[in-house]
Amino acid sequence: MNRIVALGLLSLSLLAACKKKQPETGVTPTSGGGTPAPGETCDAACRARNAAAEKAAADSAAAARARAEAEARLRATASIRATLGQKVYFEYDAAELSADARALLDSKLGILLANPGLRLRVTGHADERGSDEYNLALGQRRAVAVKRYLGDRGIDGARIEILSLGEERPEVTDGTEDSFRLNRRAEFEIIAGGDTLMPAK
Amino acid sequence: MTCIRRGTLALVLPGVLALLPHRAPAQDTTWREGVRINVILPGRGAKPGILVLPIVGTDADSVRAIFTRDFDYGHRLTVIDMPAASVPPPNANGTLNYPLYAQLGANALLQVSPTSFGITVVIHDVAARQVARSKSFPLPSPSQSPSWRLALHTIADDVEQQLTGVRGISATRILYTSQGRVFQIDSDGANPTPLSGVVGAMSPSWNPKGTHIAFTSLTNSGAKLVIRESGGATRTLATGRGMSANPVFSPDGNTMVYSYGEENGIDLVAVNAFGTDTPRRVTIGRGSDNLSPTFSPDGRRIAFTTNRAGRIDIYVSDADGTNAEPLMPFDFGDQRYRSDPDWSPDGRLVAFQSQIGGSFQIMTVNVRDRNVSRHTSTGVNEMASFAPDSRHIVFASARSGVRQLWVLDIESNDVRQLTKAAGGARFGAWSPSLSTR
Repeated sequence: MNRIVALGLLSLSLLAACKKKQPETGVTPTSGGGTPAPGETCDAACRARNAAAEKAAADSAAAARARAEAEARLRATASIRATLGQKVYFEYDAAELSADARALLDSKLGILLANPGLRLRVTGHADERGSDEYNLALGQRRAVAVKRYLGDRGIDGARIEILSLGEERPEVTDGTEDSFRLNRRAEFEIIAGGDTLMPAK
Repeated sequence: MTCIRRGTLALVLPGVLALLPHRAPAQDTTWREGVRINVILPGRGAKPGILVLPIVGTDADSVRAIFTRDFDYGHRLTVIDMPAASVPPPNANGTLNYPLYAQLGANALLQVSPTSFGITVVIHDVAARQVARSKSFPLPSPSQSPSWRLALHTIADDVEQQLTGVRGISATRILYTSQGRVFQIDSDGANPTPLSGVVGAMSPSWNPKGTHIAFTSLTNSGAKLVIRESGGATRTLATGRGMSANPVFSPDGNTMVYSYGEENGIDLVAVNAFGTDTPRRVTIGRGSDNLSPTFSPDGRRIAFTTNRAGRIDIYVSDADGTNAEPLMPFDFGDQRYRSDPDWSPDGRLVAFQSQIGGSFQIMTVNVRDRNVSRHTSTGVNEMASFAPDSRHIVFASARSGVRQLWVLDIESNDVRQLTKAAGGARFGAWSPSLSTR
């Protein structure tokens, strides 16, 4: 049995040796499909064609790379935008920032620090309970709380515009406790410098 | 018992039926607009009974229906509410059988007849068996137009003043907001009319003469103030980059007070309503929120909502912001949330809303003795605004589903629905008297 295997291996190696020798015979291919190699058979026009084709191939590769990079940047920017757009929620009749809210604002803070041209509009909202007029003030207080938090951490006040919409633009209107919670929020909108965004450092 | 008597009359006087005026389809012959909840309290029988006699002529049914409804809504007269056909007619010689009307409960009869330019209104004193007053009034044309109705309401208010000493409140209109626009509606629910485009309108208010209104316009660029003249011209006040809201006029009409805030709380500020001077601070809230101002009728005091002491409550101060103090004692009931004050035109009461068991209810507090009364208990009721008689209040309530305006009589706590606005109605603001004379 061992002998049979050894014999097989031997014959295979012999065959391989034969194949390796083949290119050394010096036979030049004269015809066949594909691009003709430079030589007497390829005139000036042919060479120009070849050069153009090579350049086009290189160009398209570069373009693909650029496209991929742009897509990656867009994806990154989209993800940064998504982070910026995440809403901050509040307790009933309160403008204090919870630990969750502060964590969310910290992620926005990094982005603001990495993108000095970025400006945001913060809109404060209230749920439908409470006085409609008072809720306008409450929304303002929530937007101010967000701006103050970012300002205390180095973001120039001119970069954060604030606004209250009171209870006038509820996100959910089914009047449940859950919808009240979703409506007590601050929303974030990019108003400048948001075309390309660098990730937080 | 009254019903039986009325039925008997109709049987005894079958000829009356022939006198039933032919009703034109365009006429308003509705006897009661909306829902009325009657609470007959014992010992309240002192209201004079009034019967509006059937009227002959064009629009006669409308005139009778409007007068009857106005007296009913005024709560100061007992309206003998009878179909024209059941009312005993005058004697053949034109005199009236006063004892017959006295039996129906009438203390006064109103006899209306058309003239070439309007109507003549005769008030009969049933007990004295004589004419108390006869007076002619012009009516603008065309009939059924808003100005024609307003002229009739003015006459009804005048009659009410003759009979009770207190002017009626029919010749008034109520501002409100619906789907982002300011509307006005007649006191009897007729003629709902938009006064603005879709501008995120909130908190409309009248100037004391009823010639201008002001309101908050809340758009995606923030809350701004708008003044609108009765002619329709509007201007947005340049009040700064912060939020500006709940504008009210001072009783002399020259000053506007509103709430303004940027990043350090909301304070009340005052500005010349028609000038360009710099706004001056009224409240010194030190970072708290101070809003929803209302003037005492003498212009010397202001009540407003504030959270300066933590909870949301109503404070009162001098018009310049000094001497601020809580309007109500600390120990009254549910004090977690009291807001949106409105000072009565007679200066005696401040209406407000108080959260009781999580729902706002309409309350009043007597300014002198700080005695608090509760007026509603069904559903959520808010945004009270006094009528010129200091007795009726318009408020917003979702008790019928979507929020609509309702009118409350604070003496009987009767309510009636005022608006049936698609998309709801809120921020009711009762006008001063808009009498046509």
